[in-house]
Amino acid sequence: MTQSNATVLKSYEYISPTRRTVMGIIFLALALGIWALFSRTVTPEMQTTFSLYPGGSSVVVPDWVFPTQPMLNVLAFAGALLGAYQLARGFGRQTNTILGVVSALFIFGFLAWGASGSSLNLAGLLKVAVVRAVPLVLGAFSGILCERSGVFNIAIEGMMLTAAFCAALFGSLVNIWFGLFIAILTGGVMALALAVLAIKYKVDQIIAGTVINIFATGITSFLSAKFLQRYGDLNDSGRFGTWDVPVLSKIPFIGPVFFSHNLFIYAMFIFVILLTVALFYTQWGLRTRAVGEHPKAADTLGINVNRTRYISVVLGGMMAGFAGAYFVLGSVGRFDEVMTAGRGFVGLAAMIFGNWNPIGSLGAGMLFGFADSLASKLAILKVPIPNKFLEMGPYIITMIVLAGVVGRGQPPAAGGKPYEKE
Amino acid sequence: MEPVLDLRGITKRFPGVLANDHISIDLMQGEIHALLGENGAGKTTLMNILYGLYKPDEGDIFVKGQKLTIDTPNDAIKAGVGMVHQHFMLIPVFTVTENIMLGDEYLKPGGFLDRKKAAARIREISQQYNLQVEPDAYVKDLPVGIQQRVEIIKLLFRNADILILDEPTAVLTPQEVDELFNIMKKLVEQGKSIILITHKLREVMEFADRTTVIRGGKVIGTAKQSETNQFELAAMMVGRQIELNIDKKTAETKDVVLDVKNLKVLDTHHQVAVANVSFEVRAGEVLGIAGVQGNGQTELVRALTGLTHPVEGKIHLLERDITHAPVKQITELGTAHIPEDRQKDGLVMTYSIEDNLILNTWYKAPFTRNVILQRKVILDNAQQLVSNFDIRTPSALTATSHLSGGNQQKVIVAREFSRPIKLLVASQPTRGLDVGSIEYIHRRIIEKRDDGCAVLLVSTELDEIMQLSDRVAVMYRGQILAIVDPKTTSREEIGLLMAGVVPEAH
Ligand SMILES: Nc1ncnc2c1ncn2[C@@H]1O[C@H](COP(=O)(O)OP(=O)(O)OP(=O)(O)O)[C@@H](O)[C@H]1O
Ligand SMILES: [Mg+2]
Repeated sequence: MTQSNATVLKSYEYISPTRRTVMGIIFLALALGIWALFSRTVTPEMQTTFSLYPGGSSVVVPDWVFPTQPMLNVLAFAGALLGAYQLARGFGRQTNTILGVVSALFIFGFLAWGASGSSLNLAGLLKVAVVRAVPLVLGAFSGILCERSGVFNIAIEGMMLTAAFCAALFGSLVNIWFGLFIAILTGGVMALALAVLAIKYKVDQIIAGTVINIFATGITSFLSAKFLQRYGDLNDSGRFGTWDVPVLSKIPFIGPVFFSHNLFIYAMFIFVILLTVALFYTQWGLRTRAVGEHPKAADTLGINVNRTRYISVVLGGMMAGFAGAYFVLGSVGRFDEVMTAGRGFVGLAAMIFGNWNPIGSLGAGMLFGFADSLASKLAILKVPIPNKFLEMGPYIITMIVLAGVVGRGQPPAAGGKPYEKE
Repeated sequence: MEPVLDLRGITKRFPGVLANDHISIDLMQGEIHALLGENGAGKTTLMNILYGLYKPDEGDIFVKGQKLTIDTPNDAIKAGVGMVHQHFMLIPVFTVTENIMLGDEYLKPGGFLDRKKAAARIREISQQYNLQVEPDAYVKDLPVGIQQRVEIIKLLFRNADILILDEPTAVLTPQEVDELFNIMKKLVEQGKSIILITHKLREVMEFADRTTVIRGGKVIGTAKQSETNQFELAAMMVGRQIELNIDKKTAETKDVVLDVKNLKVLDTHHQVAVANVSFEVRAGEVLGIAGVQGNGQTELVRALTGLTHPVEGKIHLLERDITHAPVKQITELGTAHIPEDRQKDGLVMTYSIEDNLILNTWYKAPFTRNVILQRKVILDNAQQLVSNFDIRTPSALTATSHLSGGNQQKVIVAREFSRPIKLLVASQPTRGLDVGSIEYIHRRIIEKRDDGCAVLLVSTELDEIMQLSDRVAVMYRGQILAIVDPKTTSREEIGLLMAGVVPEAH
């Protein structure tokens, strides 16, 4: 047939001319920014020192020292070239990747400028970025599990917080492994509550999630004030130690940044693979996505819509529980009130930014983690920006991203809608 | 011979409606059995019961002589029953292969999907029944005709031998309909049995072996094809004599209402869909736009009604430039729109009939006074229209998603016809309607014309175009090839134009 083969154009390959131009202008603006804001404000003899060795690890790498202004000029020139090409020909489907590259040039320029005349620990910065990304990425995975099956879960924050509390308590009472187990269980049970409300009673999912969040904040704050803060023994779980991956951790620079961490960081990298494979290459994944896209169609093919949703939501809750355990068992070793501080919501933003894809969400989470890490590092450098503004960085990035710089994502079509048979 | 399928005394009640009232029908091996009935007669409900989507209140189902309880679609699939639904059940972001194997996946060891093997099986079925599809294509990129093949392959993939096709031809072009019936013949030859739901009497007469007519949830009768005719079936269906042809006066045309000049419109894939189209429609005439689906009619209508904006050209409505006007302004200038996709562009499916009937007038008196919706006025309005337009529903407060497909269409028509309009843009206005309703809507369109409304009728049904239009424009590949007079032009000539064959100039 004529219609089927030749004329069908895949819609995702298309980039509108306006978008192409706007992106080109953004690239040029960033390049100009590197030149005007950074390059022109340093003196020619200034030097930047980047330390490539985060300390503590066994492979010592010499510092990277370079003259600031020439480097900034090279960066600005590279950015301008990319911008010019974008305006003239366009990068097509690669546009977003190039946006990432140009942004990276800008950030690198910013760091070189900020550290001019002094030194910055680049390896330490990246290592912290990876660590900061963990709760965001795991939160995003929790969101993906729920939303791919068609259930909104904005209660990730509350699940993480409650799980963190349980991890501290049971980690202190028994041991950290038991604390971890209870944390995951807590996430699962809370998710089951959400699932019953959303699937069985068809309660509005945003409201159900909000209720769970408020409940979680209240109960953990109350119990924490009443017991954990008063009896120190109940709030001293300890944490998982660092484990160097054999061989890989010996790679200069890369090794200490990626391969010298605790359980949670490695789990994040393993989950990204597991989840991608499970969602896109297994029967379970196909059915879960079908239920999130078009439950009625799935139903007519004999798939039990509600059961599929229950399973996904509970798995998502367990993921949130694991993420919550990180705050205590993977980080500070004790529970503090509202210690998740909105990370669950930023995780949801990472999920959306990552277009409901595990790999995309990992990238998004890393980006937010980097912004977070950068904000705390810059506070130490002599950058003339008030600290509080730097701390807003990750959230401003989140908002810009959500406002659609990256282009519109494709959420599961049946998200948030309970399934009615008749 | 024993029937492969025997439904006995099936009864189904919805709140306020007796949708199926002790319906009994049977299906023989190798038979095409047509189900005919008005909109809301209960055909889809009956089939949904057989397919396990609804639970019957009473009645028994026998498949190959065995009594079965079918509680879920799974039970139906196991019994060899497959259904192509009135509104397709495909997942747009999945590939053809994924859609087809969903629920009956081919797996490699370890639970991994075996897309290759499934695609091979799909190719095999394609070959066997002459159902060409591309297994790796995304469903959202396929035209409806091909999507329907995907639906049919879905059944064959599961080895269904009792096939239910619920209004399969409503969205197809005439060529696609012919292809579908060739496929159906092939299926029957290979021993499958088919229940076919349709509103088109011609199809029933040509292709079915037997026909059962349902009215108001009851079986009125079953007839062999050789022993009946179109008129008898139509009368059985509606309960009165139907005039399959309506007569109309010659048009008294007045001023130009819609003036379209050199219009160029892009489709959602940013390809040129309408290229350099110019025409005008005058008050008091019906301009029919004929053409095979997918030749730019959809985009033309979207541009005229403000749902998309043209990249070149001008549109004037009553001498005002509306090329880039928002939908609301175009509506307020007196344009009525009956959209092609009723569920997507015509209705808010979760709203009640009452609210859908005021979707474009709710903010005006008498429906709103001092910022407050006047619920009583809105309800009165709805009840009036429900009875005028014969919308079959338990009440005006019922959600439109609970209406049968044809009655959803009537809600749109009622809304658009019940306010003062200067231009009616009707796209497939009778798609999925029964003969009685078609007759009724055709009459109303002619009535509007005689009242001095300009009518632009877009339809892929040549019969409809020939009957209603005063002039016919034929669209092919985004262009208007010719504007002809239906009284002096034969169906064949228009048919050739629709295929892109322009007669030599004399
Ligand atoms: N889910 C539902 N809830 C309530 N009422 C329903 C539901 N589904 C159908 N009905 C009602 O049952 C009756 C039969 O509807 P059905 O869809 O079976 O008609 P149909 O014969 O298929 O009509 P059409 O030709 O218009 O598709 C209608 O009055 C309809 O309003
Ligand atoms: Mg129907």
